[in-house]
Amino acid sequence: MKFLQNIFDATRPAVTTGKLKPLYPLHNALETMMFVPDHNAHSGAHVRDAIDLKRTMVTVIFALVPALIFGIFNGGYQHFKAIDELANASGWAQFFTMDNFLFGAWKIVPMIAVTYMAGLGVEIYFAGRNRHPVNEGFLVSGLLIPMTMPIDMPLWMVAISTIFAVLIGKEVFGGTGMNLLNPALTARAFAFFAYPSFMSGDKVWINTSVEAGQKVVDGFSGATALGQYATTGTTSFSAWDAFVGLIPGSIGETSTLLIVLGGIYLIATGIGSWKIMLGSTLGAISMGLLFNWAAPYMLTESQEQFMSIPFYYHLVFGSWAFATVFMATDPVSAAHTERGKWIYGFLVGFLGIMIRVFNPAYPEGMMLAILFMNVMAPLIDHYVVNANIQKRLKRAKA
Amino acid sequence: MVGAPSAQVEDFPLGTSFALSPDEYIGIAPKLAVKEGDAVQAGDAIFYDKAENRIRVTSPVSGKVKAIVRGEKRRLLQILIEADAVIRYKNFGAGLPKDAEAAKATLLDSGAWNLLEMRPYGRVANPSDAPKAIFVNAMATAPFATSAALALAGREEAFAAGLKVLNLLAPKTVLSLDKEEKSDVLTQAQGVDLHRFEGKHPAGNTSVHIAAVSPLNKGEVVWAIQAQDVAILGQLFLTGEYRLDRVVSVAGSGMKSPRHFTLRGGMNLTNFFKEEVKAGVYRCIAGSVLTGKAIDAEGYLSASASQISVIPEGRGTDFMGWVLPGIGKYSISRTFMSWLTPGKTYDLSTKLHGEERAFVVTGQYDGVFPFDIYPNQLLKSVWAKDLEKMEALGIYEVVPEDFALCEVICTSKQPLQQMVREALDILHTEMN
Repeated sequence: MKFLQNIFDATRPAVTTGKLKPLYPLHNALETMMFVPDHNAHSGAHVRDAIDLKRTMVTVIFALVPALIFGIFNGGYQHFKAIDELANASGWAQFFTMDNFLFGAWKIVPMIAVTYMAGLGVEIYFAGRNRHPVNEGFLVSGLLIPMTMPIDMPLWMVAISTIFAVLIGKEVFGGTGMNLLNPALTARAFAFFAYPSFMSGDKVWINTSVEAGQKVVDGFSGATALGQYATTGTTSFSAWDAFVGLIPGSIGETSTLLIVLGGIYLIATGIGSWKIMLGSTLGAISMGLLFNWAAPYMLTESQEQFMSIPFYYHLVFGSWAFATVFMATDPVSAAHTERGKWIYGFLVGFLGIMIRVFNPAYPEGMMLAILFMNVMAPLIDHYVVNANIQKRLKRAKA
Repeated sequence: MVGAPSAQVEDFPLGTSFALSPDEYIGIAPKLAVKEGDAVQAGDAIFYDKAENRIRVTSPVSGKVKAIVRGEKRRLLQILIEADAVIRYKNFGAGLPKDAEAAKATLLDSGAWNLLEMRPYGRVANPSDAPKAIFVNAMATAPFATSAALALAGREEAFAAGLKVLNLLAPKTVLSLDKEEKSDVLTQAQGVDLHRFEGKHPAGNTSVHIAAVSPLNKGEVVWAIQAQDVAILGQLFLTGEYRLDRVVSVAGSGMKSPRHFTLRGGMNLTNFFKEEVKAGVYRCIAGSVLTGKAIDAEGYLSASASQISVIPEGRGTDFMGWVLPGIGKYSISRTFMSWLTPGKTYDLSTKLHGEERAFVVTGQYDGVFPFDIYPNQLLKSVWAKDLEKMEALGIYEVVPEDFALCEVICTSKQPLQQMVREALDILHTEMN
């Protein structure tokens, strides 16, 4: 590793002085990525925990990887299933094939690469402009953004959404740590409203491009489970398929099982807030049960059917799991107080399922619920903290 | 951590070179009382506070003022004193004082007053204040801290005398002990409210005891003192002489044989380190690894230190250290594989393990911050220098040392203690 260190050492003078100075954040970011720097504690405590922001972020990435790999296989699987060219095998052997993986990777890896390039480009520009080191937050955002997109999303749209998210979602508020909204969801929301035909409907979740001699199977529908519910009040997918993830959807959201595993890992390492995750689970279950109770009083039949599905279906279909584990738990945009996290988490789940069922335009609500709660989080914190302030004032008077 | 001290207490020759650093006395704006070349007795004023000139810092030894070291803008850095072979002590009059005024006068004249710390703000106590209580801390929970029972062995009479003096100064004296404390000198102490606490660090911080016994409200003042310093103070009234001699725990993996020594505040440590510290690159710290100040190899013992920690200086980069499993890396989070070996003792170095970043993670500090205070919110108000917010969120109840563990585990490597120190200083200036 010595030679790598030598390269960094040799190029450092060039970027710390002279014309290339704006490139210093890039140099620094690359160097600290390769080597945890040999900085020593100079003020305050002389010993420090080994954790840093990079470690925190890479832990989230570790948690995302299973769902991502599954998403890559699923991208291929759904494509070949649609054109009836699945491998001649049964069970999981039909799913974990090289063809599926390569097809999915061919679609998804460029999306990831484009997201990182676009997002880190903006980050490094601002780091150079405002003279601060590149913050690691985007390591996670950059992976989350493609995982929330449909597989057929054009790359330039991914890039524009990412740039919008980093600029408007983060930098205008003052950069990492100051943002009000979750940057990854800001990207998704931007894409959703700017390019609705690429982000919703029945056609976007499965790649159905065909070459000569291939054709989409008769009676094919690319709708997601929630899409089917919203239009017909029923779905052709079983809850089990949805739990393991053999359904169409955004790249990372389909396998509830692997997302839950990621969630357990985040809770075990102490990086993800279990209060938010449990709160969201309780919120979603409450709303599901509330719907079950209210279903008979609904006016339209399809709505009645959608509302009367067992409450746990809401946890396996759609993006509830992904949003709860990876989106709602972003520490910057979530509630900051521990008590606030319960309230915030509960309302994310509660509102997410509510919007999902009631929104006539688009049968999913987690994105909007989280963005809404992101905005509300400072208000929740305000009241939680204010209770503490009032207690202190009361004590002073007594 | 590796390098716990044995209970053995040894003497070490005081040597002839001493120094006083005005920076250590938080809240004192120093004005010199001596010139280079002046002869002084132990107990003679070296400098005093510009604002409250009754508060003075006195010479630990008799001898000659060798040099006055100044920094930028002629700021006083150090006053070096060359000690006589036989030390002559100024006599402040033996015998317990009759009333608070007499006690205050002797304490102020001798310089022993500086052992009393004012809460809020964490600075040298103001003799004009009327504290609602004095908190004596006999519970040491910081790594390798000197235990009060060990430090007081053989000084029982002085400790009792010191408590009597404190009782004159405030309506209430609170003595805080560990739940397991058995030493008679502490458990049988007279004239105090005994409170017992349990738990790991920071359970031994005075702020924790104050918050539990009688939380500080705006406008209220308490004074705080360490148990060992009560004995030093008692000794002053028993003998009339002020000697800043402490039992000091000297520990850490850099020590040849970690144990306790009786050392005097202000003494030069060059020979001490030469004899006691292993060969290699080590950082010597006056105080604990959490709150202490680094001393260089030719440095002096600070006047407030009751322990010295010697730990390896961190060296070298760590290839891909943020991705690899990290077996053997100390972390309170479970993001490194090392959480699988919970009982392991670590040889921690001074490595920062990362770079300073923006506040991102929330809820991290709560586990090591035992107050009814929201640490993140308070720190953000500190960072924004929003005085009203700080007040509302409880800044008066804390001092920098209470944030030491937050600083240790901080993902973003923010200098929390320094931030809180600066905020308290600004607040003090604004409020007075």
